[in-house]
Amino acid sequence: MSTARIDARFAALKAEGRAGFVAYVMAGDPDAATAAKILAGLPGAGADLIEVGFPFSDPMAEGPPIQRAAQRALAKGMTLAGTFEQVRGFRQSDQTTPIILMGYMNLLASWGIEAFANSAAEAGVDGLIVVDCPPEEAGPLADALDAAGVSLIRLTTPTSDDARLATIVRRTSGFVYYVSVAGVTGVKEADAAVVAPHVARVRKASGLPVAVGFGIKTPQRAAEVARVADAVVVGSALVDEIAEAVAMNEDVTKRVLSKVDSLAKAVRTARVGQTTV
Amino acid sequence: MSAIVRPNDYSAYPDANGRFGDYGGRYVPETLMPLVHELDAAYASAKADEGFQAQLGGFLKHYVGRPSPLYFAERLTNHFGGAKIYLKREELNHTGSHKINNCMGQILLAMRMGKTRIIAETGAGQHGVATATVCARFGLPCIVYMGAVDVERQKPNVFRMNLLGAEVRPVTSGSATLKDAMNEALRDWVTNVEDTYYLIGSAAGMHPYPAMVRDFQAIVGREVREQVIEAEGRLPDALVACVGGGSNAIGLFHPFLNDASVKLFGVEAAGEGLDTGRHAAAINGGRPGVLHGNMTYLLQDREGQIEEAHSISAGLDYPGIGPEHSWLHDVGRATYLSATDAESLSAFQLCAELEGILPAIESAHALARLPEIAREIGKDGLVVLNLSGRGDKDVNTVAAHLGRVI
Repeated sequence: MSTARIDARFAALKAEGRAGFVAYVMAGDPDAATAAKILAGLPGAGADLIEVGFPFSDPMAEGPPIQRAAQRALAKGMTLAGTFEQVRGFRQSDQTTPIILMGYMNLLASWGIEAFANSAAEAGVDGLIVVDCPPEEAGPLADALDAAGVSLIRLTTPTSDDARLATIVRRTSGFVYYVSVAGVTGVKEADAAVVAPHVARVRKASGLPVAVGFGIKTPQRAAEVARVADAVVVGSALVDEIAEAVAMNEDVTKRVLSKVDSLAKAVRTARVGQTTV
Repeated sequence: MSAIVRPNDYSAYPDANGRFGDYGGRYVPETLMPLVHELDAAYASAKADEGFQAQLGGFLKHYVGRPSPLYFAERLTNHFGGAKIYLKREELNHTGSHKINNCMGQILLAMRMGKTRIIAETGAGQHGVATATVCARFGLPCIVYMGAVDVERQKPNVFRMNLLGAEVRPVTSGSATLKDAMNEALRDWVTNVEDTYYLIGSAAGMHPYPAMVRDFQAIVGREVREQVIEAEGRLPDALVACVGGGSNAIGLFHPFLNDASVKLFGVEAAGEGLDTGRHAAAINGGRPGVLHGNMTYLLQDREGQIEEAHSISAGLDYPGIGPEHSWLHDVGRATYLSATDAESLSAFQLCAELEGILPAIESAHALARLPEIAREIGKDGLVVLNLSGRGDKDVNTVAAHLGRVI
């Protein structure tokens, strides 16, 4: 069981007294070569952890930005094997930044859960989020990930009461994700004041760091959430930059990494002058 | 997958985890899990409540017009020259299909749960119309998600829903058909968790929907049981129904699952042909996977990306099937056949000409397999077919395929 990279990263963040910045990108968006360049550039632009979506035709919890990102990636032929290839490529230049894969159950069911867990571990994946696999259905997946040494990262939400939280965090490791709004990705905006007590509750129930995502688009909002959470996740706002750069015929990598830079700086400096978290 | 076990008592399923063997389950985002558990508990309590059942029974009798007749189709029987054919006349229900049985049950449940906003998905528009109807009757706001492609090919039903006060939201994501409408309805539900009830129209989706929709549709099979015994003094030899998600079929089959002598035939939509890849036959042309909250047979590529379904019938144009059907197939209790667009069109015309009944193009898929089934069951046998909907909504589609301008 190895949560080494995730644990080391959160320990380092704690020592620095700041929240981490988690960048979400879709594997193969807008194409495999560009996505590989973006991935390679993320740590330098300030991403402390990286979430890599693997595209699915029917992503029921995603808002329009990530739906479109998945469609762009699928149109260019991205697959699970291709996703693992992207992670393997990334690991050639970076051995410390945790990579979390995020996607939907059917691709795992199709690939085979144990084979998926082994392939992920071999490629250098540290954690996995399966959006449509709640604890009730996760037994076999948790077993396979334990055996392969990959963390099962859990989503907690505004609808998770204390009893539910206890169920959710039972077989999780690394960190816990708090979905800051009831809704799909990239539509509603998170409110740091509303989020704060939930983060504290999740931290207490799990004993793990808590990353907050789902409604964070701007550096200002990211900084607000960074004052109350252990990490801040931005996804839709990044994949929208990809879409716009493609549409405007701009340098996609440069544009996305510049957005990551501004968000990461906001997160890094959010607690400067603050004495407590 | 675990070993296939044929159960002694089919009525004991799904199990406590919402599983029919390997199929079913609750594969939904965490935000929805508390709502799914709440619904499960609320339905279990309503199901056991005689007051709820009496209220539902009253509306089914006086508003929907139940029981629907079991009609001996003499001319179809003579035409095929095999078993006696009976038609269960679900097309005579208010709103013209079996869909209202489930909608009436679920709207009463939604009100019992204190929900104030109803959402639904629809393909052909029959479930959307039935949902809009019960929402109008009980004064609840109704939003129906419908693929933009279906909005275009089912315009009369869109207008009908509008007349009933429902808002129809065209869905342009993905392939813009029923599966995408379901994705969008789920996205609405996950966003509006406080007040919204998702009224699913088929025996599909996450537990408890497959079991609950089946229970609300099982009135079809229970009536058939009484009616056929009254008419013939015995149980039928075979039951036939079309299968998309499969609610009309499971409603007919379920009260007979433990009667081993009763053969069960589901008919999937073979579109332009199973070998063309352009069909909607999840069991005959797919393999198990996870979509819309449950494990079931699905049309998908090698990678697990969902493939678009194709059928002349918008109501069968779905890449999955209810999980109980997947299980009945695996354990060998039911047989799943298929009918092409062309075969269904011919059956549509035959039923109109011989019986004076325009069947829904969905139900015409079941009619299309009657020649073989009537022959297999034989002269002394009894076959009951669920005529799940009426075909008035399909006359434009049928005319277009026959090259007629109307």
